[in-house]
Parts: sequence; C-alpha cells; structure tokens
Amino acid sequence: MYAFLTGPMAWIAFTIFFVGLIWRGIWYVRGLDWRLDRVTYGQNVKYGIRGAVRSIARWLIPYGTHSWRYYSGYTALVFIFHIGLLVVPIFLLAHNLLLAERWGVRLPALSDAMADTLTVAAIVAAVLILLRRIALPEVRIITRFYDILLLLIAVTPLWTGFLAYHQVGPYQFWLIAHILAGEILLMAIPLTKLSHFLLFFLSRAQLGMDFGIKRGGMKSKGMEW
Amino acid sequence: MPEGTLCNKTPVDTVEQLQALLADKSGKQYYEEMTQLDVDAPALWATIQKTFKSRMRTWLEICSHCGMCADSCFFYLANDRDPTQVPSYKIQATLGEIVHRKGRVDNAFMRDVMDTAWSKCTCCNRCGLYCPFGIDTGVMFSYLRGLCFSQGFVPWEMKIGSGMHRIYRAQMDVTSEDWVETCSWMCEEAEEEWPGLEFPVDKPDADIIYTVNAREVKHYPEDLADAAVLFHIAGENWTVPSKGWEETSLAMFAGDWAGCKQQVEEVYAAMDRLKPKRMVVTECGHAYRATVIEGPYWAGLKSGKTPIESFHYVEWVAEALRTGKLKIDPAKKIKEPVTYQDSCNYIRNGGLRECAREIMSYIAEDFREMKPCGEHNFCCGGGGGLNGIGRYRPQRNVGLKVKRDQILATGAKLVVTPCHNCWDAIRDLEEHFKIGIRWSFLKPLLLKMVIVPEHLRPEE
Ligand code: SF4
Ligand code: SF4
Ligand code: SF4
Repeated sequence: MYAFLTGPMAWIAFTIFFVGLIWRGIWYVRGLDWRLDRVTYGQNVKYGIRGAVRSIARWLIPYGTHSWRYYSGYTALVFIFHIGLLVVPIFLLAHNLLLAERWGVRLPALSDAMADTLTVAAIVAAVLILLRRIALPEVRIITRFYDILLLLIAVTPLWTGFLAYHQVGPYQFWLIAHILAGEILLMAIPLTKLSHFLLFFLSRAQLGMDFGIKRGGMKSKGMEW
Repeated sequence: MPEGTLCNKTPVDTVEQLQALLADKSGKQYYEEMTQLDVDAPALWATIQKTFKSRMRTWLEICSHCGMCADSCFFYLANDRDPTQVPSYKIQATLGEIVHRKGRVDNAFMRDVMDTAWSKCTCCNRCGLYCPFGIDTGVMFSYLRGLCFSQGFVPWEMKIGSGMHRIYRAQMDVTSEDWVETCSWMCEEAEEEWPGLEFPVDKPDADIIYTVNAREVKHYPEDLADAAVLFHIAGENWTVPSKGWEETSLAMFAGDWAGCKQQVEEVYAAMDRLKPKRMVVTECGHAYRATVIEGPYWAGLKSGKTPIESFHYVEWVAEALRTGKLKIDPAKKIKEPVTYQDSCNYIRNGGLRECAREIMSYIAEDFREMKPCGEHNFCCGGGGGLNGIGRYRPQRNVGLKVKRDQILATGAKLVVTPCHNCWDAIRDLEEHFKIGIRWSFLKPLLLKMVIVPEHLRPEE
C-alpha cells in the first residue's frame, strides 16, 4: 500500500495536478474575449498590467482591501487556513527529507514548533470556517454539500499528518491516510473549484484589467480595492 | 398563446409597436401576456454557448459560497439581511440555474428571473469590490438581462425604453427637430440675460461637443440653458450635434445589446462628422457608462475608446475650476453642510472620485463625505433602470433606506447629485421618507456662485 501510494499513485496525483492546472490556465485565457468581456486585453496593455498587479497584490495582503478589513474575523481565518495549507506542506522538514532522498533537492525547513503551530492553527481555522458556514444565514443559504466536502478534502492532509507525525494512535494507518489525503487534494485542485488555487490569480487579474483599462483605470490612480 | 401582441421576443422597431405598448396603461395586458410567453430553450442555450465564456463560467464555478459579498449589496442590507438578497445567491438561483439546466427553463422560472434581474440588482457592481475572487455579480446580472430581453421577459418600461432608442435614438420620443428647436428656444430665453450667448448646433471643429440626456430636452430644458451659460462664462468653443446628441441608454438597462450599438454609433458618427476635440456629457451617470465606458465595445472599436476623448461633466467642471475658466466667488460658497452622491457609473466604474472631491473643495465650506464613499459608495437605490419600473416601485423604495441612512449620518441637508438617476432616487427618497433634505445638480449651484467676467455682464 505504502509503496503504491508513494510510487505510481504519487505520479498520477502530481501529473493530474500539474497537467490539470496548465489545462485550466490555457482554457481560461483562451476563453477570454475582448468584445464579450468588454475589456481590450491586447490594447492599453500598460494599464491592464497595472490593474492586474494591483488587483492581485492588494488581495494577497492580509487586511489589504476594504473587504478584508470589513470582515476582519473571517479574514483572519481565511489567511491562517491558507498559510497553513500552503506553507506547511512545502517547508515541512519531513517532506523536505523525502524530497532530498528522492530528488536531491533541499528547501529551507520549518522548525517543528512552527510547523505544529501553523498546522493546528489551520485546523482550528477550518473548523471555525465550517461553523460560520452553518451559523450565518447569509452563508448557509449558499452552502452546498460540495462546499463542505471540499473543505474536508483540503483540511484532511493537515490533521492526518499531524496525528501521524506525533504518533498518536496507529502510525502506519495515519501515515497512509495522510498520503492518500494529500494525493486526493492534489487531484481535487484542478478538478474541482479548488482550482481557485490558480483561477484566483487569473480571475483577479481579469477584473483588475477590467477596472484598469476600461472602468476608470485610465482616469485615476487605480481601484482602491 | 406563445407570443403576445405586446409581450413577445421581437424588439420594438416601429412607432406603431411603440404606441401600442404605451397605450397599455402600466403594462397590464403586457404582463398578462407574459404569463403565457414560451421560452425558446434551444435559442437560449445557443446564445449562452456563444456568449458565456471563461470569465463568467469561472465566476459561477469558483464562487466559494463564502458570503463576503452579502453586506456589500444595499438590497441585502435594506431588506434586513434577507439571505435571498445575497448577490451570490441571487445569481446562482437565476443565471446559475439557467446554465445548469442548459437553457431548459419554463415561463414561471423566467418571470422570476426577470423580477430578480431588475428588482434585486441595479448592476451597481459594488459586490465585485468585496469578492476575493473578483466575481462581479453586477456584470453577470447585466448579462442575464440580455438573456431575458432576447426571450421577451423584460419589464414593460424597459421594452419601451429600448424601443425609443431604436426608433428615436433617444430614451424618449424626442426627434432631432425637437432637439434643435429646444436648443434655439433655450438660447433665446437665456440671451435676454446673457447677451451674446450662443447655442451652436453642428459647428465643425469645436473644442467641445456637448451631449445630453433626453429628459433634459423634454422635461428640464433649463438644464440646457444652464450648460450653455456655463460654457459661455468659461469661454469655451463648443457645439451640440443635431443628430447623435443623446448619450443615455435605456437599451443598456434593458439588455438590448443591438439597440445599445445603434445608439452609441449615432453619437460616434456625430464625433466623426463634426471633428470636435473632445466630448463632454451632461450630469448623467449611466449616459457616461453607456457611451464612454461600454459603448466602444458595443460598436466594436478595437481601442476600447470613443473616437475622441470623452469627459463626464464633473471632469469638465473640475478642470474649469482648476484652470480658472470658472471662478467661484468665495462669499457665495455653500456654507451649510453638504454631501455628495458618488454615482456608481462614473465613480466606481469610471474612476472619477477625485474630480468630485476637487469640485467640492472649490464650492463648499463644509463638505461631508458619506460613509462609505468614493468607489465604495452604495448605489442611490434607483440605478439600473429601477427608478423607472412601476412594477418594482415597492422594492425600490425599500432599497432607498440605505442611502437615507447614509445621508442622515452626514448631518447634511443638501446633497449634490450630478447624475440624473441618483437625482431622481434622492428626490423620491425625500418624498417617501421626508427627512428634510434638498438635492441638486452642479449646474444651478455653480451658476449661483460663479464670478461673471466683466465683458459678459449684462448691461444694466
Ligand atoms: S464573495 Fe465571491 S466567492 Fe464569496 S460568495 Fe460572494 S461571489 Fe461567491
Ligand atoms: S451589483 Fe449592486 S445591486 Fe447588484 S448584487 Fe451587486 S451589490 Fe447588489
Ligand atoms: S443611479 Fe446613480 S448611484 Fe444609482 S446605480 Fe446609477 S449611477 Fe449608481
């Protein structure tokens, strides 16, 4: 099982992840249409780039936009959750050792304490995000089972990994569960709306160009997101 | 009865059709016929396949249902946080469903869609600023209106409005002759007080070509005179075109894209014909949105820009004050607290926030910002054509609450509203809630405080 999950299955998962994302990106860009979208992507390029960069950068900064500031509590959850999801898997020492063993590449690694903190914080954030979904009528009304399933898919590698690393309960079981969960997540990213992994950037860039080129960007310093 | 005599899928292109619609008081028969109107599902789906591309598909798909757009929508706030007013919910339940069902929806569903598209969204685009993914629900609603229009599910007044543009190239039945006549009549009237005042029609190579909103011609001709006097005082070399003078577009509110194209092409033709240096449009938000921001795309202009540079009236005023073409008598500045209604169309979607602030710094001593303001201001409550639709008057009036509270919080009793729609909405707001406010366009305010140069002063 372990050999399969870390061998062929890992290859499949990573292939789907990368090929899927590339396909998503191409599909998105090819489906842009200056006339239908009413944005001259190919003209006024300077304004377009400025708008796109601004639109992405502001939203990547915690509390960088009116919206992030308005929903201050939820914003904290969103950032903690995403930082945990993105930083931990890449900079975790255990993953890095694996990477070094297989590919001979080494990345800087997080200290154990740091990794634990980020992981636990992200898990707690995920739970609170779920509770918010159920508690607030304006979020509940748009919540589908699919949304909860995706949250689960996203957070499972974290808690299974945490249990495995700290050897709480049967190590082998949690390790395999963790690897499987990670692979499911990798594959789910391009195949589901977790594709916002990439599409967040493309969609933000698009709206940034819309405002940067057409909706006022040429007559102002740029949108105050 | 699939297609009614009044309510059908055919746009209004003749005076007879238009008259028949107008004769049907408040659209009684029209809406009755609508309950029988068939949905042409294959045509609907074909249109979607042709026009629903990655931008909107992605918006519908990746919406994480986080609800961050909820509080951004004034309808949600005004309706006591009714979850069915959350932008994401509204669009998923309408456009989302149509796409999901590949266009196979029925009559009752389409009538619901129409009600949502026109009475629960003014296409103010505020929600687009609050969504982390940049999902602009207002843009999707505008697109949805186009689908509704193509299927004949469009409010009575919108069908009429689109017909007006198709027939008269104006939002009202004002012909080119009516327009030119009104100009010369206004010129004569104002001339008594302003000797030497001109109202040049079709003058080639002017510095400014001035375009308006048909309402001014039909109901508020003093506004035209005010504009002429201000240009006169500022010493501008200006003109108006005899054809292509109307900038507004009810066709845009109706989702009649072919009508939109016809309308703006008439204005662009006037630019080409008279070769002015630049265009200035009156104090109207959606006119600017239609002709300057969206229009070039309807007309297929690859640059995305109007044939000549185009300005909203506030840009011209800000420039005239800055360069001293218009000088304000300091003693006559507005002393009382005054606030400014930021129009979604030329502020949020037009980038002109600073022009408005600049103007207020010249004319007001106690300018008070609404909260929020600028790009983040709430819609007045009557945008997107909503002001003019009788069927949705109750919903519109509820929506006005947000603006009412914003204005009250400033403590100002005077609201500067350089947008026809905002002006109407705020007038109706006062009528409805009686909070004791006044509202005004810029032109009459400026005329009260501008210093008239010696040589233009009327001889006593
Ligand atoms: S804020 Fe954006 S992602 Fe969140 S529910 Fe609204 S539209 Fe969807
Ligand atoms: S565009 Fe404006 S009115 Fe429409 S859903 Fe968004 S915030 Fe509400
Ligand atoms: S009427 Fe004014 S505030 Fe309302 S949507 Fe139009 S521009 Fe915006």
